[in-house]
Parts: sequence; structure tokens; C-alpha cells
Amino acid sequence: MLNTLNVVRLLPELILLVTALVVIFVDLYARRRTALWLLPGVSIAGLVLAFVAAFAQWGAQEVVAGTLAADSFAFYFKLVAAVTVVLVILASVRYMRERTRFLGEFYAFLLVATLAVFVAVSATDLITVYLGLETLSIVSYVLTGFLRDDKRSNEAAIKYFLYGAVASAIMLYGFSLLYGLTGTTDLAEIARRLQAGDVLANLEWVAWPAVILAAVGFAFKASLVPFHQWAPDAYEGAPTPVTMFLSTVSKATGFAVMARVFLTAMPSLGEYWMALLYGLAILTMTVGNLIALRQTSVKRMLAYSSIAHAGFILMGLVAVTAPAGGHPFNGLDGVLMYVVAYAFTNAGAFAVVAAVEDGTGDATLDNFAGLIARAPFLAAAMLIFLLSLAGVPPLAGFAAKLFVFAPVVRQEYYALAVVALVNAVVAAGYYLKVVKQMFFVEVPERPAFAVARGMRWALWLMIIGVFGVGIFMNWFAFMSVRSAAGMLGL
Amino acid sequence: MVPLSWYLAVAAVLFVLGLFGVLSRRNAVAILMGVELMLNAVNINLLAFWRYTQPENVAGLVFAVIVLTVAAAEAAVGLALFIALYRLRESVNVDEIQLLKG
Repeated sequence: MLNTLNVVRLLPELILLVTALVVIFVDLYARRRTALWLLPGVSIAGLVLAFVAAFAQWGAQEVVAGTLAADSFAFYFKLVAAVTVVLVILASVRYMRERTRFLGEFYAFLLVATLAVFVAVSATDLITVYLGLETLSIVSYVLTGFLRDDKRSNEAAIKYFLYGAVASAIMLYGFSLLYGLTGTTDLAEIARRLQAGDVLANLEWVAWPAVILAAVGFAFKASLVPFHQWAPDAYEGAPTPVTMFLSTVSKATGFAVMARVFLTAMPSLGEYWMALLYGLAILTMTVGNLIALRQTSVKRMLAYSSIAHAGFILMGLVAVTAPAGGHPFNGLDGVLMYVVAYAFTNAGAFAVVAAVEDGTGDATLDNFAGLIARAPFLAAAMLIFLLSLAGVPPLAGFAAKLFVFAPVVRQEYYALAVVALVNAVVAAGYYLKVVKQMFFVEVPERPAFAVARGMRWALWLMIIGVFGVGIFMNWFAFMSVRSAAGMLGL
Repeated sequence: MVPLSWYLAVAAVLFVLGLFGVLSRRNAVAILMGVELMLNAVNINLLAFWRYTQPENVAGLVFAVIVLTVAAAEAAVGLALFIALYRLRESVNVDEIQLLKG
């Protein structure tokens, strides 16, 4: 339906694309000293413009070119992604400068990854869903292995790539079955035909395998157990700013796509995928937390913790009430709350890890000892992020947990709620281990170190974000309820 | 004419063969070849469904072309990573890359 093409709706995507190209040209022509501040500057300007372009269209409800939804659900994720990538860029200025010469490519890839996120979260067609997710994956492989002379970075990228390629092939097989079954790739049309039983004769039984196969692809992106094995390695080996990106934006995209595909294309198969996600949620949070308990590297511990958090986010999707209307505690708004709270909190925790790596060379638990004496600001920031991860009010993590627990309890999934509660307590255990290390273990002979300026700004912004989401919970809840209800085709 | 189910059966066999290759091979390039087999199975599926159920609507055809294109991009990035791996370690055996674990 090309006659419905409204270019204004694609403005955020176009801005990102142009900015990525500009960044590459700046890198070609600017002198090294100028490039050092100009590259991140241009990238951030592009992201801010894209943010404004997306924010200005808030409230639009239409499908562009028959394949991309311009609805408030998509805009919500776009805004979160744009803000988070700005923070990632601020945090990576010094980190990447000291590790690679190819700065232009790095920022351009980050922008293209954001573009892929924008496409994926608004895709309303199996083809665009695949295109968005796959573009994001391919760019993420490159970003993960960006330090190509570093064995760990390369190993992380190889593992991520091999898992990712297989997961996307499996997901595609599911998509092909879904296409064959219904004869269309449009999500809303698939839902209509499944509902009406207007499917290929003698092939009705492939619906269930198709759901499982498609879920594998989404579960891989969102790093749900048992498709999580790549995550700890990729998160640990990747340059830490890239880890910030993977663990927040990339993961959120997995959830956004999962929510849109399951809710708009397969509402009639709800009992299948809800049961599947119920099991995955319990498995994910438990396995993630148990393995996190025995980690000695803070970076790797946070990697497992972010797997566990994926389980919490999934709780919201399990408890989606049909129809996910415009009232609070509908499950989907919990997913949205969690995503924004988690973006600030987890990106913040990984940013502190990046700063400690910069100052001390490594992110082992041992290197966090006595951090309060050596870099008080970092220690204080880390304390805030860890408390938020543990879900302490009035921080963002508490608001997020509230909005995923409430719908689960309301749907009377008590088993899930109890497992999640136990997991939240277990998680607090290993977060406090880091706090103890930072504040109560004294190591007199270690020198103090400074924090880079961009990193300090990023940390301040994230601290403000963590308090903001927690304190102005009502406003964020209002936005997420609106966005959840605004998903087209619900 | 060959019935649709035969194509689907071939695709399913190809998919499982590819998956077996992925799980059993130790050489990164061979694993990538397994993935390509899986993607080919997907394309056979898509084209068979397209041809037999609705040749007048190009969605299936377009999907197959896009899968081909993206698979090429993916292979390019993958092989580049393997070359970097080989330069670092003189081997592309996935059993030997185990710096990151725990």
C-alpha cells in the first residue's frame, strides 16, 4: 500500500541513517584531534534530533507502507533507545579512544544499530521483523568484536555470532511455517486468519511448532534461559559500552518484538505462548541468579544478573490481560516500565564497570575493594544502581518490579510471584556483596583514579534517570499504560 | 505436479541436517555452512508455500529474496570474524576458544 506512505513518520529513521553517513564522512576528513570530540558530538546531535522527531509524533496511530507501525508503543521504545544510546556514547568517549583507532566506524555502527532497533520495534510484518532483528544482530556482532586484536572481544563476537546465526535460522523456519499456514506475512492479517480458521488445510497443527520456533529467535535476543549461553560471554568480552547497549537496548528490542508478534499476530494461540513464557520466566530468573551468585568478575556477575532481569520483564508479558486495555497493571505496561527503569539502571552499572576498567585495568570483584576511598563518586553511583537493581524504593527498580508483580498477582499466578520474590531476595545477596567490597573492605596501597568527563555526565544523567523514574513513577506509569494500549492491532 | 508436502519434507530434512552440522562440527566455517543449510531449508519452505498457495501475491518471494540477501551479509560478517580469530590463534576450532567462561 504505497499510497499510504507518509515520509514524516519515517523521519526518526531517516535522521539516524543520515547521521551515520555524516559520521563516516567526518571521520574521513576531520583531523584526529577534532574527530575525538566531533564524532561523538555529531552522533549525539543526530540521536537528539531523532528523539525530537519521534517525540513530536507521539499519539500517531498509523501503519506506514503497510509494514511499519507509527504507534505509541513503537515511539516509547524509540525514545528509550535514543536516550540510552546517547548515554552509551558519552560513556564510550574515553574508553574507546584508548582502545581503537576506528572511532568513526564505532559511532556509525552504534547509530545503525539504533536504526535497526527503530525498525524492529515498529515492524508489523514478518519480513520487517526479521529485517530489523537481523540488522541489529549483525551490527551487534561487529560491535562486540570491535577490538579485533583483543582475543576476548573476538571470542565474544564469535560466540555471539554462532548462537545468533542459528537462533535466527530457527526463528525464520518458524516464520516460514507461519507464512505457509496463513498465506500472509502481515501480523494483523495473520491474527485474523488464525482466528477465523482460514488456514491451509491439513496444516493446522504447525501453529504450535511455529510459535515455539519463532519464540527461540526472540528468546535469543532477550537472552532468556535456555537461549542465554551467548550472553555472559558476549557481555564480558565486548567493549563495556557495547555491553551497556546489548544489555539494555538490544534486550528491550527482543521484548518489544516478542510482545508485538505474540499479541497482534497470535492472540488466538495465547494459551500456548503464555504457558511457554511462564516456564521461560521462572527458568530465566532462577538460573540467571544462581549462576550470578558465584561470579568473581563484576562485569560477568552483572551479565548474569541481566539475564535474571529478563525473567522479571517476561513476567509482565506472561500476565498480559486480554485485551491489554488502557488501565494500569495490564502486564504490558509492566514490560514498558521495566524496560525504561532497567535501561538507566543497568546501563549505569555497566558504565561504572567501564570507568573502573579504565582506572584499574580490570573489573574483578577484587578491584572494587575500597572503591569509596579511591573514586567516591563511582562508588556512590554504583551503590545507587545496585540498590535500584535490587528493587529498593524510591529508585527506578522498585517502580519496575511493582508494575510486573502487580499484574502477576492480579492474574493469580501465585507460583510465579513466589519464585520471583525468592529470586529478588537472592539477587539482593550478590548485589550487596559488591557494596560490601566497595565500602567496607579497605585496601590502603591502591591509588585513587579520576573519571573521564563524558563518563561523569553519563553517570549523572543515569542517576537522575534512576531517581526520576522512581519518584515520578506516576508519570512514567501513565506513559506506559498509554503506550501499551496504543499498540496497533490490539 | 510434485505435491507441496514433498517440498516441505525436503526442507525439513535439510533443516535438521543443517542443525546437526551446527551441533556436531567443531570448525567455525563448517558451523556456518550448517547455518546456510538451515536458511536454504527456510527458502525452500517459503518458495514452495508461495508457489502452491498464492503465486499471485509476491510476499513469499520477497521474503525469500530478503533472506538470501541478509544471509549473505551475515556470512560476510561471520567470515570476517573468523579471519580475525585465525590471525589471533592460528585456528578456527571453536573448542579452543575458551577464555571466557564460568
